[in-house]
Amino acid sequence: MGSVIELEGVSKSFGSLQALDDLSLQLDEGEALGVVGPNGAGKTTMLSLIAGSLHPDRGRILFCGRDVTRVSPHGHCRLGIARTFQIPRPFGGMTVFENVLVGASFGPAGSDGEAEEIAVGVLADVGLLRKANTLAGSLPLLERKRLELARALAARPRVLLLDEIAGGLTEPEVLELVATIRKVRAASVSLVWIEHIVHALLAVVDRLVALDFGRKIVEGDPQAVMASPEVRSVYLGAGA
Amino acid sequence: MSGELTVVRATTASRLGAVAGVAALTALATVPFWASAGDMRLLVEALTLLALAQMWNLLAGYAGLVSIGQQAFVGIGAYGLYYFGDKVGVHPFLAAGLAGLAAAALAIPTAGLAFRLRGGYFAIGTWVIAEVYHLLAVNTSYLGGGSGVTVGSAAALERGTREDGTYWLALAAGAGAVILVYAVLRSRLGLALTAIRDNEEAAESLGVDLVRAKLVVYVLAGLGCGLAGAVIYLNLLRIQPDAAFTVNWTAYMIFIVVIGGIGTIEGPIVGTAVFFVLRELLSGYGTWYLVALGGVAVVVMLAAPGGLWSLVQRRFDLRLFPVQRRLRLPPAPEREANP
Repeated sequence: MGSVIELEGVSKSFGSLQALDDLSLQLDEGEALGVVGPNGAGKTTMLSLIAGSLHPDRGRILFCGRDVTRVSPHGHCRLGIARTFQIPRPFGGMTVFENVLVGASFGPAGSDGEAEEIAVGVLADVGLLRKANTLAGSLPLLERKRLELARALAARPRVLLLDEIAGGLTEPEVLELVATIRKVRAASVSLVWIEHIVHALLAVVDRLVALDFGRKIVEGDPQAVMASPEVRSVYLGAGA
Repeated sequence: MSGELTVVRATTASRLGAVAGVAALTALATVPFWASAGDMRLLVEALTLLALAQMWNLLAGYAGLVSIGQQAFVGIGAYGLYYFGDKVGVHPFLAAGLAGLAAAALAIPTAGLAFRLRGGYFAIGTWVIAEVYHLLAVNTSYLGGGSGVTVGSAAALERGTREDGTYWLALAAGAGAVILVYAVLRSRLGLALTAIRDNEEAAESLGVDLVRAKLVVYVLAGLGCGLAGAVIYLNLLRIQPDAAFTVNWTAYMIFIVVIGGIGTIEGPIVGTAVFFVLRELLSGYGTWYLVALGGVAVVVMLAAPGGLWSLVQRRFDLRLFPVQRRLRLPPAPEREANP
């Protein structure tokens, strides 16, 4: 089983702020990797680097063994890496269907008819079909989050990057979203999921990585990582 | 598309809009047979400004390219008309078309420079590049230098022929710009541009090639502005570099688009109508006319930030140009109607 994503000694700083410091990480084919860590640990920076919207100062990023460190964001999408944004960024003046159609049309580059079929299928999967003709700008938060997911899925990715997609939702909404994401996993999409809502994460991921100050502090079995002294001290303070 | 799920584009309003559009176009095409020369000159101005405004709307309203340098292409169109008509010797009406193509060709190297800049720097950069084209014209004695040139080939045409031909070319530019923008927006490129309009970063993350989409738009806008510039000077006959390359051209485009409604096809049409009504009403008041234009712009921006058309669209959900893709769902008991 090969790895789909590999980060090799990746560093990124913004001015004097070191967001990521010599981070190495790999994601196996079909695996779901959870990422935890306090605010400012570099989680979203890591995701943006994998998605190609940021480029690292040092280190390499490989996709299926191919160096994609300098590939553009749209190039990443066409290779099969799709992301959602922490704060949903719907195309507010377009309908829900059109939003998803963008992902279906420009990701894998199919014919228009094919793209429409994919978009309809994805909308049904995430439960947004009956909102297809609603303007995306008028959706409530849960549906905006579902739309983020739907658009990314419509690009038919091999790797899906989720950035706090459960954040801000009510408990029943989180459970609904988890059920949807489990369905996605069943379609053998590899997953990198940043999340603060730990139980949602633990319900889905195979492996967990904890980051702090741009470095990996623990990695491994999700339960073991959450119970480790390193993670406990980061979240609860030293000596906890 | 499988089963009963179909994608529909047209709405009742858009079907009425199409009928009204064809009727308006037919009526406008007959203008030379009954209107006075003065009215025709006014319509030439309105139609060419409509073309310019549609191009700026495509640039700024969809592709996020806030250019303050579109006067570069108006000037290139003007001098292209002179070059192809007087120097090369083709018929001035054909020369106007060639001038548009020349402007589109020059848009490519211009983009090569301007696209290195972002946001406000792009805006100022395009203005600076337009100024460079202006100074090139001023310093080229072959093109008449600072005092400009008269388009002799057009002036030599029989008057009625020139006026009618210029009018029909203006109609082709104005209506052509509307149809071009409409066709672009309905296409795959249009889906990408509308996504770019709403959120650039998200569009890029979903596989939209921003640079390519923007370059296509920039070249199309060069073509439209170049052709409009050539037709404007078929009407005026005398090209002066300071007037042909004045930033006022872009100021008019911005005024019309912002007043009418940016990011819609209907907006620039409404804006052009408002602009000409105001101009005709206030032309007797000298400088006060400009003060009034500015005042109207401020009031519209405060009261209806999306432009006048946004008021209509919000109130009646009216779309005369069906660029939206709506999904027609099969009626099923578990599905409620859309809110």
